[in-house]
Amino acid sequence: MRRPTDNSSKLATRLANAARRALLAALLLACGPASAQARSPQALVHKPAPAFVRRDLNGQQLSLARLRGKVVLLNFWATWCGPCLTEMPEFMAWQRQFAAQGFQVVGISMDDDAAAARKLATKLKVDYPIAMGDPDLGRHYGGVLGLPLTFLIDRKGEVRAVYQGVSNLNAIQTEIRTLLIER
Amino acid sequence: MKMRVVRAALLSLAMAGLAICGAAPGHAQMGQRVSATTIPTAQLIQPAELNKLLKGPASARPLVLQVGSHMLFEEAHIAGSEYAGPGATADGLNVLRARVKSLPHSKFIVIYCGCCPWTKCPNMGPAYQELHAMGFTRVKALYLADNFGADWVSQGYATTHGQ
Repeated sequence: MRRPTDNSSKLATRLANAARRALLAALLLACGPASAQARSPQALVHKPAPAFVRRDLNGQQLSLARLRGKVVLLNFWATWCGPCLTEMPEFMAWQRQFAAQGFQVVGISMDDDAAAARKLATKLKVDYPIAMGDPDLGRHYGGVLGLPLTFLIDRKGEVRAVYQGVSNLNAIQTEIRTLLIER
Repeated sequence: MKMRVVRAALLSLAMAGLAICGAAPGHAQMGQRVSATTIPTAQLIQPAELNKLLKGPASARPLVLQVGSHMLFEEAHIAGSEYAGPGATADGLNVLRARVKSLPHSKFIVIYCGCCPWTKCPNMGPAYQELHAMGFTRVKALYLADNFGADWVSQGYATTHGQ
């Protein structure tokens, strides 16, 4: 079988990336003004969380809209971010603890390199879905310009809290419990 | 007994070699975590001060280099700044070295990252050390206490995005 040349494989990757961005842009536009680029992450509180669809690190489709009805903890992280790595084991524990009540953690890696994210996720045995982020997604979430950055999204798909930097995990857990009670 | 003497001699030689390599100027210790807090306070520049400099005469403007994540750089960066990182990796330090190698050591350079809270940033310490080791005498590190978004973009300072 003929192997694709480096150039054709690079071109295919670029086209795939362009298509992914176009799809994201279309989805964001389809969701109306609430998903236009926010001024800051905090500006998204009490607004619909911007929709996205992408493949996770295991190749499964990850759609935020399909998680409607669940409380979602959306965590932007990267392998080079020390505080992010401190939080992730706690997020895994919450995933196990609250899954039956309709709770879902979603990780978005802001690494430049998916291989690094995959390697670390494997090492940490992360058991919630992780997808790769990009600048467009970051801008739609008000600018992911400092990590960690975590959004807590209620069952209706509305952002209810934003946590940036080294956060108080007890406070996040308390908020999760509150949102899980809401129907 | 003879073997012990030979082993001790070889060990001493190896240790001396390591000490000499470690002391060699010109390279920061790549791959090691060097906290941003190791940068002397006198070498920090505050966001408001840099913003003022960038609005001033071209002759007084520094070369501004982002030494953190490329994805965050694409998302937003200081207008006019260039990407030269990440400082936490050997490849990133190579990019930084290549960018500055032809510049005079008196060149005014400001490096910044803002990927994480200052005390947790993995990139600034190694990048600063590298420039210092290369002999640059006018290097300042932009002090972003929380992150680039909160301490620069949200302050309304000159920002752009793209490659």
